[in-house]
Amino acid sequence: MELAGLFNYFFFSICLAGIYAVMALGLNVQWGYTGILNIGVAAFFQIGAYTTALLTSPDNPAHIGGFDLPGTFAQLVGGEGAFLGQLVGQASILIGLLGGMAVAALLGFLIGWITIGLRSDYLAIASIGISEIVRLFIQNEGWLTNGTRGIAGIPRPGIGLYNGSDFLEFMVLVVVAIGVVYVLIERAYRAPWGRVLRAVRENENAVLAAGKDVTWFRLQAFVFGCTIMGLAGGLYAHFTTFVSPEAFRPDLTTFLVWVMLIAGGSGNNRGAILGAFAIWAVWSGSEFITSAFPVEYVTQIAPLRVLLIGVILQVVLLTRQQGLLPERPPKPLVTDDEAPNRSG
Amino acid sequence: MLEIQEVSKSFGSIAAVDRCSFSIAEGSITGLIGPNGAGKTTLFNIVAGFLKPTEGRIRFDGRVISGLPPHRLFHLGIVRTFQIPHEFGRMTVLENLMTVPSRQIGENLFATWTQWSAVRRRDGEVRRKALEVLDFLRLSHLQDELAGNLSGGQKKLLELGRTMMTEARLVLLDEPGAGVNRTLLGELAEFIKALNRERGYTFCIIEHDMDLIAELCHPVVVMARGRVLAQSHMDDIRRDRAVQEAYLGVDDPAEAETAA
Repeated sequence: MELAGLFNYFFFSICLAGIYAVMALGLNVQWGYTGILNIGVAAFFQIGAYTTALLTSPDNPAHIGGFDLPGTFAQLVGGEGAFLGQLVGQASILIGLLGGMAVAALLGFLIGWITIGLRSDYLAIASIGISEIVRLFIQNEGWLTNGTRGIAGIPRPGIGLYNGSDFLEFMVLVVVAIGVVYVLIERAYRAPWGRVLRAVRENENAVLAAGKDVTWFRLQAFVFGCTIMGLAGGLYAHFTTFVSPEAFRPDLTTFLVWVMLIAGGSGNNRGAILGAFAIWAVWSGSEFITSAFPVEYVTQIAPLRVLLIGVILQVVLLTRQQGLLPERPPKPLVTDDEAPNRSG
Repeated sequence: MLEIQEVSKSFGSIAAVDRCSFSIAEGSITGLIGPNGAGKTTLFNIVAGFLKPTEGRIRFDGRVISGLPPHRLFHLGIVRTFQIPHEFGRMTVLENLMTVPSRQIGENLFATWTQWSAVRRRDGEVRRKALEVLDFLRLSHLQDELAGNLSGGQKKLLELGRTMMTEARLVLLDEPGAGVNRTLLGELAEFIKALNRERGYTFCIIEHDMDLIAELCHPVVVMARGRVLAQSHMDDIRRDRAVQEAYLGVDDPAEAETAA
């Protein structure tokens, strides 16, 4: 019993840290590759989560939708009781995630279209403002989002293959998501696309002088990063099965994700993942310590966790400026032995 | 090839370039000299599309190009380098060059996922070209070094190398010799001559090193206070009274001679 609980906690942690890892990968495309200072991570995460939630939660008269995609799709092929129905219902979760990504991408495009020409410090300020607007919009537009009461009843994918843990199957989904995102963005990084983005980060004018449309590349990187953050949001909605504005406070999302990326090594995708798991371990572990204090102190001591993360960030910046896994220029796509002139 | 017609550019009340006109002939190596603040770099920025002129127009092969953005001008064959090297510091020397060529299929995000073999093939070509350029500039031994670690002179060579990665027709070099030691300067001059002769590049060079200008450039355009003061062969320029006054700020040419 004890052991099962421990396993369950382990799976739970991997799920949540993994969701942060997906966000960190999205931020890496923006900041690590391109040098876009986006301090509005929370907005894209939240938009992704809410879109997925609305698409997959059951109908609720208090707000628009939900559209109950799994139930609807299952009905089409013989009901939720049937094996096929269950399978199709599960598969429809993917549509919900894609929806979250699409809306996050759209928001990213609209914001990027307006702000991407700004210099990085101005963009940072603009992104803070926009992310607050998104948060307050979601908090106040109850007809759409159910306001502060949040959206409940979001299904967690899984077909009950293993009864010991609620989170095992979901953990597999999160790990697969990290894997897919990693492969896609790592390849883009190694390709000329990533090379242009890094050049933009290093010296925008020289990229202009090389005939590239810098604004267009920056916009691509921004929207692509936002899309990945939207995916993280969708996964989060399915993971907690409940979303409310409280869960998307900037200190729990934007701040943590930035620390994860910087500590792990911005510009390095493996670093981003490692940073996410390492900082999550500290963040989550510190909760054990604060909860060990007598009840009357717990609320006062909780903010110290944020302080602890801040201290860790300082230590990393002072001792390993480039993070745990520093950026390294990628290996060439074609090596000397197989260059076209030699292989004929 | 390039005609600069009555171009002006003001920043607030300061006229950095003031009704400046001259033209650059195809195949020439035109020198652009003048005292600090004469408006040379501002003019370069206007020609390359980094600044819009307040007045006047610029024609390239007869076509009006003033006001076009830098990336459009690049595709017409107008390429520039920078006075202060603009290297991509945390990228290798080879990557610095490989970033430049246009029409790389791998610059399309979706192609990197769906057309990987085509992306690799094209990247192989680009890499081979970059290696040739490094070979020409005798920088091959530094190909995997981060560009930020190069010396000032090597960064200048890398700037020149970037122009060689393109189908450039008109190359604007902004002080290629500044901060470069004598030996390297000699090499640089040879490279410029070779590119002019073998590849048919037309050059326009801003430079303060008069020996380099005298060796490479004909004609030489002198600018002062935003305007063209003289345009001639370097030997005549050296004797020109107005030029001496502009450079040395004296009225009496005899005095200028002794001061020089």
